[in-house]
Amino acid sequence: MTSSIVVNIKKKRITELIASGKRTDGRGLTDYREIQIESGVIERAEGSARVRLGKTEVLVGVKIGTGKPFADVPDKGVLTVNAELVPLASPSFEPGPPGANAVELARVVDRGIRESNAIDLEKLCVESGKLVFVVFIDVYILNHDGNLIDASALAALAALINAKMFKYTVEEGTIVKKPGYTPLPISNYPIAVTFAKIGNKLILDADLDEEQVMDARLTITMKKDGNICAVQKGGGSGYFTREEISEATKIALEKTAELRKFVVKS
Amino acid sequence: MKVTKKKPKKEREKMANKKSEKLIDKKGIRLDGRKVDELRPVKMDVGVLSNADGSAYLEQGRNKILVGVYGPKEAHPRHIAKQDRAVIQCRYHMAPFSVDERKSPAPSRRDVELSKVIREALEPAVFLEYYPRTSIQVYIEILQADGGTRCAGITAAALALADAGIPMRDLVVACAAGKAGGKIALDLMDTEDKVGEADVPVALMPNLNAITLLQMDGNLSVDEFNAAVDMALGGCKKLYELQKEALKSKYVSAEEAK
Repeated sequence: MTSSIVVNIKKKRITELIASGKRTDGRGLTDYREIQIESGVIERAEGSARVRLGKTEVLVGVKIGTGKPFADVPDKGVLTVNAELVPLASPSFEPGPPGANAVELARVVDRGIRESNAIDLEKLCVESGKLVFVVFIDVYILNHDGNLIDASALAALAALINAKMFKYTVEEGTIVKKPGYTPLPISNYPIAVTFAKIGNKLILDADLDEEQVMDARLTITMKKDGNICAVQKGGGSGYFTREEISEATKIALEKTAELRKFVVKS
Repeated sequence: MKVTKKKPKKEREKMANKKSEKLIDKKGIRLDGRKVDELRPVKMDVGVLSNADGSAYLEQGRNKILVGVYGPKEAHPRHIAKQDRAVIQCRYHMAPFSVDERKSPAPSRRDVELSKVIREALEPAVFLEYYPRTSIQVYIEILQADGGTRCAGITAAALALADAGIPMRDLVVACAAGKAGGKIALDLMDTEDKVGEADVPVALMPNLNAITLLQMDGNLSVDEFNAAVDMALGGCKKLYELQKEALKSKYVSAEEAK
């Protein structure tokens, strides 16, 4: 735990800089750090991607299995997202079952993918009510330097685009693999952008120092048509005003389009 | 406000199967008889448990929610304590019998997330710095769920915190709006939430105009999203009046009992 005295000193410096439109690393308020995306880094996984966002580093693996569909949607494949705050990634991460932060991270990434219908789950149904494909997205945080949500959502999308499905036939209700692969059916490209409120300013892509001093954060996930598919306010004991939320949606429209080019191209 | 009668199970299943476009009829009337900008009937009681330091009971439509607050008290385990302020420990929990299909009493991932966002919705309102190294425990039990339980839980939790005598900057009140049957609508019930297009829960500190919870899932344009936020804020303001009444009536009845 960072001592509150250090945080208070940091907070003063960072807040003063941001109030004058500057940041400690020289970025503009809505600039992202350098983004690097590497796809297909884990050969054993059906899909994978490693995203670096400044010093933040996230690895996502996609595995595809089979299982029973949920009773209320018998003709759709199943999507599950899990996030691990791996202890090697930060002195503040500890071994053990996922805590509230890991669960929230996984659920925000999940909501973006699910609500935008990024994966065409109907195409993953083998036999209605009995047998469907299950897409497991596992988010692995390797180095924590802030803005895990955006980095994880980018990596998850890149891994899905990278994912391949084995060809198969169905014989007596079981799946028999055939040689060759097809791409996973992807029908949307959700992009998450996370605002941090520091003082009375909104910034994008906060690094760890900025996250430690922020009042609150707001994640907006948008689909390729610019519609919103997920929102999450979080991060500490601050709040947003009505005007700040309108401003955030405007900036998000521009930024998500910008970031999407980055992933969909790579 | 109309009273929603409990529907038999068969009818409820039929309702759940209806497509989204049937959620609101041509006259703009919803399945339970409400208009698009109408809240469900709400009932709030304060100080309903004798052991808890503060408590509240809230009904909103068929939602039945009980909240108990303990503290500020010594933080357990010790490492969660903060030197310069109190921490809020919040547990949102659904009773196994609160939904159609029995829910396991073990906390689900949804419960874990909601406990976190509800805590973050309440924290800005409480003067945590008055009670360093202590913990304030907020236990939210959903006895019956019918959509919008996180919001109803926040509204009730703020009442319970006030009832516990914990100093606060403002009350916190929450309400959802969303899109169902192609229209932006206030305070979605379970069927509208499940079949509808989107849900936007919002929590507000009404005197500070501070939004302390904002979530959304579904599909909305930026304009629709902003309209839903505004409608939810309108709902919050109506509920805030009821919250104040509930707090006052407890102390008025205490005065009369003398």
